[in-house]
Amino acid sequence: MTLTEMKDIAWNGLWKQNPGLVQLLGLCPLLAVSSTVINAVSLGLATTLVMILSNAAIAPVRSYVPNEIRIPVFVLIIAVLVTVVQYLMNAYLYGLYIVLGIFVPLIVTNCIVLARAESFASKNPVLPSAFDGMMMGLGLTAVLAVLGGMREIVGKGTLLSGIDLLFGEQAKAWVIPVIPDYHGFLLAILPPGAFIGLGLIIAAKNWLDLRASKKISSQPAPETLPEAVQG
Amino acid sequence: MKRIARSSIQTAVNLVFFAIIGTAALSSTYHLTRDTIAATVEKAKLKLVSQLLPPSSYDNNIMQDIRTVEADEMLGTDEATQAHIARRDGKPVAVVLEAIAPDGYSGKISLIMAIHQDGSLGGVRVVKHNETPGLGDYIDIAKHDWIKTFDGRSRSLFPDGMWKVRKDGGMFDYMAGATVTPRAVVKAVNRALQYFEAHRDELFIADTPPAKGARI
Repeated sequence: MTLTEMKDIAWNGLWKQNPGLVQLLGLCPLLAVSSTVINAVSLGLATTLVMILSNAAIAPVRSYVPNEIRIPVFVLIIAVLVTVVQYLMNAYLYGLYIVLGIFVPLIVTNCIVLARAESFASKNPVLPSAFDGMMMGLGLTAVLAVLGGMREIVGKGTLLSGIDLLFGEQAKAWVIPVIPDYHGFLLAILPPGAFIGLGLIIAAKNWLDLRASKKISSQPAPETLPEAVQG
Repeated sequence: MKRIARSSIQTAVNLVFFAIIGTAALSSTYHLTRDTIAATVEKAKLKLVSQLLPPSSYDNNIMQDIRTVEADEMLGTDEATQAHIARRDGKPVAVVLEAIAPDGYSGKISLIMAIHQDGSLGGVRVVKHNETPGLGDYIDIAKHDWIKTFDGRSRSLFPDGMWKVRKDGGMFDYMAGATVTPRAVVKAVNRALQYFEAHRDELFIADTPPAKGARI
């Protein structure tokens, strides 16, 4: 895997083909769990872990899987890995497991996992595949984090609420009251808030892309990368 | 024909092979994490129970002293649940019961409560609910202290008519805009207390004899 390849994969996952903003795959967890930053990032990282593992597991066996049954086999591998992750969370991160509840097993049905298995891992060696899984997962996590942050600030006036589920009781002090004495804005926490928030983020990304492409066409300088991914 | 048969068998064998590997991976993870999971779940439950009953009020192993409670309309349950019995010096102190309020604003509300031997409440907690975040979810101890108003209440101190929210002429506070939720919880707790009155004696008999060392 050359450096250019790595850069390409990372750029695709984090920005150009971002699963949350461009491919628009995996919206089910995106909308449901992104009501706070902690929930959003936790599910994002769990999905990332599953994507790294599934891509890394599918790439080495890709030549042994007959074309006709590749989808069932991929789904099988993904389902096994998700269940393994679920067992581990249940055993070692119980508080978070309770919060994410149904959404952890639902990672199996998250199309982005199968999509990367089908479109990348089934055609590439192990290392680039695992790297692709990681970058796609982190791209999704970044979008989830931004969306979760927006919804939490607007909806609850805090940031990082629920962090004690990850780091124990003492972490309750780490919650940032962004707007003190805030009475909450229900719409942001309910599912419509997720749709509206996601729409705004996609619009922002498109605007940034447009601005970048205008810059390139107006001055034929060597292509510069737009600013880093927000969040 | 023969060729088709052979290729489908090959495909099937291939799929079975992956299924076997997957099953092996799953069952080994299951066996590796099973004890830890059981321990974590028990710890979480014990932590919950300790909010309802001070650990100093009993001296038995409450997690092992279990009675199976058949599904009952008064508890709102549709399958058997486990009640935990607290004893001190072998005498029954309280029982931890599960109940369900079937008529929450959005579906069932699962409750757990400790009822002292004399019929007074040690406390009530909401274990699971789907009430509207920011509106009806104040029944959850993580959001609000409302649920603590049940502490110490009993049907012998407060007659049946008091077991309602204030809006309906009872003694329980509620928050404007979300009356359905507390109404459901109050009703469910009241019914569970009635169930307790009717089954008081049998509730304190454990399924199996208590573990060694427990005094009877």
